[in-house]
Amino acid sequence: MYVAVKGGERAIDNAHAWLAEERRGDHDLAELSVAQIREQLSLAVNRVMAEGSLYDPDLAALAIKQARGDLIEAIFLIRAYRTTLPRLGASLPVDTSAMRCDRRISATFKDAPGGQVLGPTFDYTHRLLDFKLAADGEVPKAPEATARDEPTPHITGFLNREGLIQTEPDNEQTPPDLTREPMELPAERPLRLQALTRGDEGFLLGLAYSTQRGYARNHAFVGELRIGAVAVEMKIPELGFAIEVGEITLTECETVNQFRGSRVEPPQFTRGYGLVFGQTERKAISMALVDRALRWKELGEDDQGAPAQDEEFVLSHADNIQATGFLEHIKLPHYVDFQSELELVRKLRCAAGAEDLQEAAE
Amino acid sequence: MTAPCNDSAQKGETMEDYNFAYLDEQTKRMIRRAVLKGLAIPGYQVPFASREMPMPYGWGTGGVQVSAATLTPDDTLKVIDQGADDTTNAVSIRKFFERTAGVATTEATAQATVIQTRHRIPEAALTEDQILIYQVPIPEPLRFLEPRETETRKMHSLEEYGLMHVKLYEDISQHGAIATSYAYPVKVEDRYVMDPSPIPKFDNPKLSDCPAIQLFGAGREQRIYALPPYTRVESLDFEDHPFDPSKADHPCDLCGAEDSYLDEVITDDAGTRMFVCSDTDYCRARRAAGHMGARGVPFEEGAA
Repeated sequence: MYVAVKGGERAIDNAHAWLAEERRGDHDLAELSVAQIREQLSLAVNRVMAEGSLYDPDLAALAIKQARGDLIEAIFLIRAYRTTLPRLGASLPVDTSAMRCDRRISATFKDAPGGQVLGPTFDYTHRLLDFKLAADGEVPKAPEATARDEPTPHITGFLNREGLIQTEPDNEQTPPDLTREPMELPAERPLRLQALTRGDEGFLLGLAYSTQRGYARNHAFVGELRIGAVAVEMKIPELGFAIEVGEITLTECETVNQFRGSRVEPPQFTRGYGLVFGQTERKAISMALVDRALRWKELGEDDQGAPAQDEEFVLSHADNIQATGFLEHIKLPHYVDFQSELELVRKLRCAAGAEDLQEAAE
Repeated sequence: MTAPCNDSAQKGETMEDYNFAYLDEQTKRMIRRAVLKGLAIPGYQVPFASREMPMPYGWGTGGVQVSAATLTPDDTLKVIDQGADDTTNAVSIRKFFERTAGVATTEATAQATVIQTRHRIPEAALTEDQILIYQVPIPEPLRFLEPRETETRKMHSLEEYGLMHVKLYEDISQHGAIATSYAYPVKVEDRYVMDPSPIPKFDNPKLSDCPAIQLFGAGREQRIYALPPYTRVESLDFEDHPFDPSKADHPCDLCGAEDSYLDEVITDDAGTRMFVCSDTDYCRARRAAGHMGARGVPFEEGAA
């Protein structure tokens, strides 16, 4: 005899208990500490901060631990927490030309003031599994040089002096806030950049790659990629001037793109821009390529119908928290909608004489 | 079962660290403004700055935000999913408000002042003292005809609904009937075409002339819309193909109701089915009053 299913509440509690146990794993092994995650899985921490839109390495590490290493789940935890934080104020725009760079490379000039600094990169490692790490991960200290103290101006600034690259006028406007206003389309570039910097790395990577393969190709060079610490300053009304309230690590990428000119612009280089929390260079480069592709209208280029040119498509689908929620919600019960579909299909089959057709086939 | 089941609230497990009903007052004010605008323009989708909630987008964040902005400490909340109070997500959302708002909760439709629902309208008639809050996945009724928001907003502002009528007409020419069984589009007060959320079309007539306030929240899509009490809501149809709010042609096997929407349940390996009310409270109340269906058993208070 069928009895209406009860017990959802107990099932949920038990599922949570099992989940917690699975997260802990084998009790014979030492528990992973939040500090270990923060220090030794720092690129995962950076991604969670970037897409979670909250710069706090300790909270990001905690989220990764709680999410069992599922980074989108960790990003979700950070976003949900971020909702509850009050807004104390806004910082001044950060000055990335004053960045204390750990890494700074240009693919367009062999050398430039400030130099090429490789920094801690995987770029020229051979991707061979290091079995020594399985036994002992201790490493000797890396050699140190004295820090360069010369200024490190932006590479694109040099092109600017010759008028070879499009200038980006400072319009002094306060950009809209994606997290406090509903997204309105068409979106201006500041809003697009905000959406891209917190967008899913994989999604942006795929879109950026598609532009390289010819879907709105825009011939990008990495004019400059820099990673390092910048000061965050805030104007305190009581003091009347800005003071430094902290420091964050950022990755900034400026691409230099070929441009043959259009009806409205002379031939010159144009740029794409990426700026992301933490050391996140794959994301920053992807962001710059997609940003450039989305600028087709203002530069008077043709709409090739490529996905990366389609602002509404890109902005509506870049957020992995929105995407994963809606995707996974199809796990929820849909008995009612399905039932109405069942009845409809039966009715339509009946009207179409499906049984006769089946008999004829047999 | 009809008694308030706010155990956790009584045990003092409310989350002191968070504001009443989780959201801060500024956010609630922003949502209330959108709700008021929605009530002033019935059926119009009001953009609002949806917040990230501690449950996933697509799992009722729009409904949860509207509920959070609507609830007062004196309210009694009922949460249903697919008509049932005990489906897992309904349990989860009810628990969320027990913890964050400490409000009384109930499973009895008549005792609730605020009802959050996914995919159903309760069978029992609602009253002027109640607010029904729908969770909405895709608020735009024209979305699957035109994927661009910039276009569909234009279509609404110009009252350009020809595309929708063509779609319904094509259904009839192809299938002999309108092949939409849930989320069946409606027109509100002769102006806006509105998505009633994925309720079965059986529920559509209950949208119209309803004494309760009906609010619709779509979190991921950042939209709120509303039907004030006694709003005229018509399901789209043609004179020669009138709207048909059909349901399974059975009575409920547990309570014998002939007028309620039914779920089909497979009961054994041979594929035997039974039909039971999707509205669990309605079914329970009928059985408590002595009604019995073909495969029902006498009702015992407290039994499952």
